[in-house]
Amino acid sequence: MPLFLNEEQSMLRDTARDFIGDAAPPSHLRGLRDANDPTGFSRDLWKQFAELGFTGILIPEAQGGLGLGHVEAGVVLEEIGRNLSPSPFLSTAVAAVAALSDTPHAANVFPGIVSGDTVAALAIDEGPKHRDHIALRAERAGNGFRLSGTKRFVTHGHIADLILVAARTAGAPGEQAGLTLFLLDRDRAGLSADAHRLADAGLAADLVFDGVEVDADAVVGEVDAGAVPLARLLAAGRTGAAAELLGVGAGAMDRTVGYLKERRQFGQPIGSFQALQHRAAHLYSEMEVARAAVLKAQQLLDAGDAAADEAVSVAKAMSGLAATLAVQEGIQMHGGIGMTDEYDIGFFMKRARVLAEFFGDANYHADRLAVASGY
Amino acid sequence: MSDLATFRAETRAWLEENCPPEMREPVRSDADICWGGRRFQPSSPAQKDWLDRMAARGWTVPDWPRAYGGGGLSPAEAKILREEMRTLGARSPLYSFGISMLGPALLEYGTEEQKLDHLPKIARGEIRWCQGYSEPNAGSDLASLATWAEDAGDHYVVSGQKVWTSYADKADWIFCLVRTAKESKQGGISFVLFDMASPGVSTRPILLISGYSPFCETFFDGVKVPKANRVHHENKGWDVAKYLLGHEREMISGMGLGARGETALIDGALKAIGRDEAGRLADPLLRGQIALFDIRARAFAAMSERFMDELKAGQAHPAQPSMMKYYGTELNKARHELVMAAGGSAALEWESERSHGGAKPRAWLRTKANSIEGGTSEIQLNIIAKRILDLPGA
Repeated sequence: MPLFLNEEQSMLRDTARDFIGDAAPPSHLRGLRDANDPTGFSRDLWKQFAELGFTGILIPEAQGGLGLGHVEAGVVLEEIGRNLSPSPFLSTAVAAVAALSDTPHAANVFPGIVSGDTVAALAIDEGPKHRDHIALRAERAGNGFRLSGTKRFVTHGHIADLILVAARTAGAPGEQAGLTLFLLDRDRAGLSADAHRLADAGLAADLVFDGVEVDADAVVGEVDAGAVPLARLLAAGRTGAAAELLGVGAGAMDRTVGYLKERRQFGQPIGSFQALQHRAAHLYSEMEVARAAVLKAQQLLDAGDAAADEAVSVAKAMSGLAATLAVQEGIQMHGGIGMTDEYDIGFFMKRARVLAEFFGDANYHADRLAVASGY
Repeated sequence: MSDLATFRAETRAWLEENCPPEMREPVRSDADICWGGRRFQPSSPAQKDWLDRMAARGWTVPDWPRAYGGGGLSPAEAKILREEMRTLGARSPLYSFGISMLGPALLEYGTEEQKLDHLPKIARGEIRWCQGYSEPNAGSDLASLATWAEDAGDHYVVSGQKVWTSYADKADWIFCLVRTAKESKQGGISFVLFDMASPGVSTRPILLISGYSPFCETFFDGVKVPKANRVHHENKGWDVAKYLLGHEREMISGMGLGARGETALIDGALKAIGRDEAGRLADPLLRGQIALFDIRARAFAAMSERFMDELKAGQAHPAQPSMMKYYGTELNKARHELVMAAGGSAALEWESERSHGGAKPRAWLRTKANSIEGGTSEIQLNIIAKRILDLPGA
């Protein structure tokens, strides 16, 4: 398979670019922020995503979805990133769907996702950094389990209809064995959500599980073998976050290059100055390399290739580095105006920072790659 | 099984059978590289066998037409061959400016006679080529070159000086930019080919910081060059030069790709530094630097794959080789800095047998030229800024 988008994928990109650019450009985010919107995203927009089929992009056609892959999900995510559109698309239509695929839960959950009625949240992290350290306990109780512990950085966690929770049914924190993945609805006794507004104006919750009781059928996959569906969730989530980061970086870069052509100083466009040309050209190079890494990971995931896992870490780390550079250069080259709230470039910087942390930052993934490579 | 799956299986089997074990090890030094040419002395029988077997199949130039000594493979087949060679760790059977630079230019601009005359000899490694581009006053500003080709009817008489001519003292023929008109800077250049044994050609090696002399000063004193040896039209040599430079940049950018990932770098670091109790490289800061480098190197490998795929499909931006060249050479410099940091004092030995004659420090020093030769990093950034980002000025 050649490492560029085919004709159908390019058409999907054009559709997504037109729609998202119209329906949810950066002014949409700005509006939600200025209104101090308690949801953090627009349910109406999520419904429109459903009408276009986007919500079911990874769901098989037999289950009402489009039956497409991670390349196509990434095409949509890049446009979400480019427009800074607040959306539960990544956690719901990508990560949660990947976790639930080929499990008995799919039949119950996928119709709601396809129709745009269901939003899912991912309760994975337990500290301020993404780590392979899951301590939240799930003890056997009667016919099911009782969950106790706290999850952090759960985006949309306060309003999600469904929550995927990684818990420990055996073993010690840091071990892969003994994990179990649970799917529960939000309205559970003992489950409380404390939502905080983040730097990018989105909302993420601390979820406190105080003896939350679930039936045995809340288990996704097998008890003590939650690492399997969790790996699907993480691979899809990381690759998706990488695609969204690419969009954020590309959006920032496009604005910056445009500004270099129009802003005049010393009687000429500042883009004619070699110092700025070289910075812009370097940024372009980093972004192109990141783009190739992300597409490589998407294609390998879709092919079920054993090399996908390492490629996913490369994609998440590289897109994080490139997008971070894009927003930093964006503000610097915009000069003072870039520091103002009135200009959108600052919004790109904030979103890039959030996405860089989501599912592990570049250092986390470099370390992961080193471990996989035996050093 | 699909045709491509069959091709892959057959290719793998053939390589397993025909690639000698010694040719599955990384190249250790300059002396270990097969450059071919009239004066070629193989460093081992395996090296000669490997070249002969690959050349017989046209696989030194797998995607050139069979009529010119190539393998006639489709882009997909050539990609499979590259992948299978990489999997096996097989060395390139032939390093050649004829393959990477002149060949593509002749395929695009040469006459049928020129193609039939030169391409098969390049494919078989019979003629070693060098490139006569840079001059003492024409480096980054290449089009200001002054080597003059006087029109003498059926031939030119060429006089002038070239510099940084890689391996001019070992090459059989030269592809050379000469000035055939003085009125226009870029519009007065022609692209000619001639034998380095021609009367009036002399070379002088330039000793480098690595202790080697791969580069030469090259002097032409009334060299007679038949007009039949001119590629493309008179005064239109700049078109050929630019086309060829794209391929040169593509070749140099390949240096950003480590042999079999970063295995050599990582193995070297583990050997020199050892592991901690958790089994990790015992220098955590160096480990982090290597890991972040590894991320970039793998991402760049994906970029290279994408670029080749786009090139074959006719979708690549014509200035994209500049990005590849810039990124690949900067990566290669970073790689060799890490190799030296990992090796410590053991990587510094200059002449000892244990160090393969100082392979590491010499390779490290050699990489510093990567971002100068074939157009400096700054020139590549200029090209990206103007031709891809469309920024204003000059």
